[in-house]
Amino acid sequence: MDRLLNVTTGLSVILLVMVLISVRRAHIRVEYSVSWLLAAAAMLILSRAHSLLNAVRNLIGLPDSPLTLFLLAGGVFLIMFFRFSIIISHLRDDNIALAQRVAILEYHLQNLRSHENQEA
Amino acid sequence: MTFPSSPDSLLVIVPALNEEAAIGGVVAEIRQHVPGVPVLVIDDCSSDTTIAVARQAGAQVLPLPHHLGLGGCVQAGYKLAYELGFQYVIRVDGDGQHDARDIPRVFEKLKTTGCEMVIGSRFVADNGSRTGAVRSLGIRFFRLVLRPVLGKTVHDPTSGFVGVNRRALNVFRQSFPLEYPEIEALVVLQRRRFRFEEVPCKMRPRTTGRSTITALKSLYYVVHVLLGVFVNVLKFDRRLRRAQRERGAGG
Ligand SMILES: Nc1nc2c(ncn2[C@@H]2O[C@H](COP(=O)(O)OP(=O)(O)O)[C@@H](O)[C@H]2O)c(=O)[nH]1
Ligand SMILES: [Mg+2]
Repeated sequence: MDRLLNVTTGLSVILLVMVLISVRRAHIRVEYSVSWLLAAAAMLILSRAHSLLNAVRNLIGLPDSPLTLFLLAGGVFLIMFFRFSIIISHLRDDNIALAQRVAILEYHLQNLRSHENQEA
Repeated sequence: MTFPSSPDSLLVIVPALNEEAAIGGVVAEIRQHVPGVPVLVIDDCSSDTTIAVARQAGAQVLPLPHHLGLGGCVQAGYKLAYELGFQYVIRVDGDGQHDARDIPRVFEKLKTTGCEMVIGSRFVADNGSRTGAVRSLGIRFFRLVLRPVLGKTVHDPTSGFVGVNRRALNVFRQSFPLEYPEIEALVVLQRRRFRFEEVPCKMRPRTTGRSTITALKSLYYVVHVLLGVFVNVLKFDRRLRRAQRERGAGG
């Protein structure tokens, strides 16, 4: 059981470092890194503070601590993935409107050009 | 295409994705049967020569910068038509399945009834149009689903042969479904108390290329469109209730 908690400690440290490096290299925008950092930090704290994890375990009523931790992490990531779907949907909407606008502007532009040519 | 001057100006739009084999004939046929009416082919980033063939045949072309899907493509046409001031827009598919000889009848119906949408329907009268087995099953299913939602039977809810007037244009340029738009668009209109009519039309079997609605995709299609109908009903009912509340509070 302790070994499993050591594994999750390692995992959360790796996640933390990965996110920090990505932010520094501007691979991920700061506003999207915050939730990852919080999730990694929470996982790290829960894997180390056994009493805290036990309290949570008793609260939910699960047989052992690592299972509790995995369930918690799973739930958090599910919420985060859902948030990403929402963000992607917004991006898609904006992107469609933008593409349509570009097409229409190009159309107007070409008409203007051909008018100019006819007048010249 | 210049700004239309007549009070019942018509634009025919043709969404097209890789239709180089059919689009030339489609455009020529439209120009033959409704002479003087501008034809706008909206190209959804085809990888073939659709754009060139359409221009060659005498159509205006609106090329999209990247692939948007049928709904986004049609909506781009509606937006442009609205900006240019057209009163009526009729959509014809680019695969040659719709008969351009039916366009004047759809146009007449739009003008004489004053309803917001006219659907070229392959089932209103038994006119010998043939449809695949999976497709007709889907159409029958959606007829059942849509009956209570629309308060009226629509015989061919998946038809892409659709004419709209400027009031509907104004709605669709702001809100139009992205994928498989036909059925959802009907619900969008109905929620605003707009009216639609059906006109019997001939539908030819596809001669080139393939329908985007394959048997494999049909389950996805059904779930997708059902969700779309559901969402639109909820959305507009909520808005309606809010408007009623505000009116009640104000008066
Ligand atoms: N813009 C756009 N047009 C499409 C797309 N898929 C199909 N189309 C066009 O939509 C029309 C109808 O498509 P089709 O596959 O024949 O549908 P069906 O007639 O309802 O079976 C044709 O003009 C196609 O070129 C797409 O992804 N984007
Ligand atoms: Mg077709």
